Amino acid sequence: MLAYIVRRLLLAVMTVWAISVLSFMIIHLPPGDYVTSYIASMSASGSAVSEGEAQALRQQLGLDQPITIQYLKWMGLMLQGNFGMAMEWGRPVSDVIGDRLTLTMVISVAAIIFTWGIALPIGIYSAVYPYSFLDYVFTFIGFIGLAIPGFLLALVVMYVGFAWFGANVGGLFSPDFAEAPWSLEKIWDLTKHLPIPAIVLGVAGTAQLIRIMRSNLLDELRKPYVMTARARGLSEYRVVMRYPVRVALNPFVSTIGYLLPYVVSGSIIVSLVLSLPTVGPLLLKALIAQDMFLAGTIILLLGVMTVIGTFISDLLLMWVDPRIRFGRE
Amino acid sequence: MQTSTKPLLSVRNLRTSFFQDEGTTKAVDGASFDVSPGKTLGIVGESGCGKSVTAQSILRIVDRPGRIVGGEILLTREDGSQTDLVKLEASGAEMRSIRGGDIGLVFQEPMTSFSPVHTIGAQLVEAVLLHNEVTPKEARRRGIEALRSVGIPKPERRIDEYSFELSGGLRQRAMIAVALSCDPRLLIADEPTTALDVTTQAQILDLLRKIQQERGMAVMLITHNLGVIAEMADDVVVMYLGRVVEQGSVDDIFHDPKHPYTKALLQSIPSIDSAPRVKLPTISGSIPHPFNRPPGCPFHPRCAAFIPGRCDAAEPALKAVGDGRQVSCFLYE
Ligand SMILES: Nc1ncnc2c1ncn2[C@@H]1O[C@H](COP(=O)(O)OP(=O)(O)O)[C@@H](O)[C@H]1O
Ligand SMILES: [Mg+2]
Repeated sequence: MLAYIVRRLLLAVMTVWAISVLSFMIIHLPPGDYVTSYIASMSASGSAVSEGEAQALRQQLGLDQPITIQYLKWMGLMLQGNFGMAMEWGRPVSDVIGDRLTLTMVISVAAIIFTWGIALPIGIYSAVYPYSFLDYVFTFIGFIGLAIPGFLLALVVMYVGFAWFGANVGGLFSPDFAEAPWSLEKIWDLTKHLPIPAIVLGVAGTAQLIRIMRSNLLDELRKPYVMTARARGLSEYRVVMRYPVRVALNPFVSTIGYLLPYVVSGSIIVSLVLSLPTVGPLLLKALIAQDMFLAGTIILLLGVMTVIGTFISDLLLMWVDPRIRFGRE
Repeated sequence: MQTSTKPLLSVRNLRTSFFQDEGTTKAVDGASFDVSPGKTLGIVGESGCGKSVTAQSILRIVDRPGRIVGGEILLTREDGSQTDLVKLEASGAEMRSIRGGDIGLVFQEPMTSFSPVHTIGAQLVEAVLLHNEVTPKEARRRGIEALRSVGIPKPERRIDEYSFELSGGLRQRAMIAVALSCDPRLLIADEPTTALDVTTQAQILDLLRKIQQERGMAVMLITHNLGVIAEMADDVVVMYLGRVVEQGSVDDIFHDPKHPYTKALLQSIPSIDSAPRVKLPTISGSIPHPFNRPPGCPFHPRCAAFIPGRCDAAEPALKAVGDGRQVSCFLYE
């Protein structure tokens, strides 16, 4: 078992390294570099940049060196915990990302809690009472939830909030708190703003999760161990919750790893619409500006999050499912 | 023979159907039989004839969309009174105390009869705790005892293992231990040895016989294997398409079968005197799906003694023929 964990750890490190190479390459794929897009945006606003200035800027940012050197320098900085400068912002990347990363995590976790909290009970109900009236109702609502794009839902929620309740539902903070330092009041303000983005971000996932839970559990309910549990005289609630639900939940543990990055990358457009201060819109801007340090760091962080998440899910799965612990299946 | 004592369990005209969009499957269609206390009743029939559904009906654990639509299942309680299990709420407290308490069940599939993510002990101790007022520690001690009593070596260790760590034979022994943990008066064993190899099969049957003698409990042994019946049963019920076609003592059934179906079944098993390398007779045709039951006697399309105009017109009732014997066939009316 220890060997297994060590092997997974080594694999995780290798994967992170591969992701760093890939993200670096992806950022360099589009023609031109930060200076090209800088010149373009400057000339769009009427001021020209001379060839000499451009050259100097390239030199200052190290963009004139071969790509492998650039990569190695970037990695060197990374290993020292220095993520480089966000070119467009003229501030260190860690400064720019800092709070946004925390807020992204908070929103994502809220969305995931919402998703699981709603989807699992409904999925269990739908499997225990398949083809019942409520099962059909949930299925119907679920498909609508799946079919509506997140940004549209965000717009509708914003409109309804504004037109009917006169509330501005965008953002994560009231104007008073947006720039204020962290305090208990600010956290409370954040908590009050969380539900709407969490719901908007979670709806599609909820619909999907209901379907998966329903079909997983329907499969498990048909297995003989459920009937033998019943034959022991357990109450129906305990039979269902203790055995098939427990088994049907196992596969979800292995999805925990992908959830966070999935929600983060899936939230870009919704975050723009709801003007949420998350890393999604930041990544979009950085990619457009070809700000390689900022974009590279965000992509790398997402990758690292996935790898860590997967590693944790593997451990969790091993913990909850003895068949895996004993190397069966 | 059965008149001297009240039967422990008396099934009367049991009918259980599955209601599906494609149609209604009458899985059990008017089955009647008695289980005597302390005796082994063998239930035999081709696969699909409703043996398992009969067992599930008795325990009231028929899966949706199945439902008992008629009949009585009378259980004689310890104080001598009778309870009709059909009238009880399937998930109510009384039925639940009977399940696992008065009636234990051993299932066909030792592979999947235990939850894959819980230890044997978790499922065994749970049953003990449910039916007895004991501390968890005492329940565990009883669980270990139960495993020991079914011949599982090193039960103190095995109790914390998962079912997939056990061999098929041990797994089935563990299953029997769970079923026996609360001292049931009736053990229903549904094809307990079908999934096992021949040697293990014999060991499990020996175990069942030994336990039955020690505890004096009744066993309802379901199988499609007449050899198992010959070895184990005191009384035999022959089922065909959800109905009982013949009931009698094991001697009667094997030496003087009455129903043409029983006769055909017996001819289809090899015996020590049958000529080698000669094809055994088989029952012609195949068992019809319960969707489209033939009219009249359900066996008439395959019957060697078919009486046209009679057997396909009406269903013969289960009638007594001699001492403790019953058969449903127009030949004996
Ligand atoms: N859960 C179920 N849903 C629908 N039909 C079922 C179900 N269980 C059993 N049946 C039907 O009931 C009939 C009897 O099955 P069963 O009692 O399992 O036969 P066996 O004698 O082999 O144990 C079969 O035709 C089977 O198709
Ligand atoms: Mg069966």
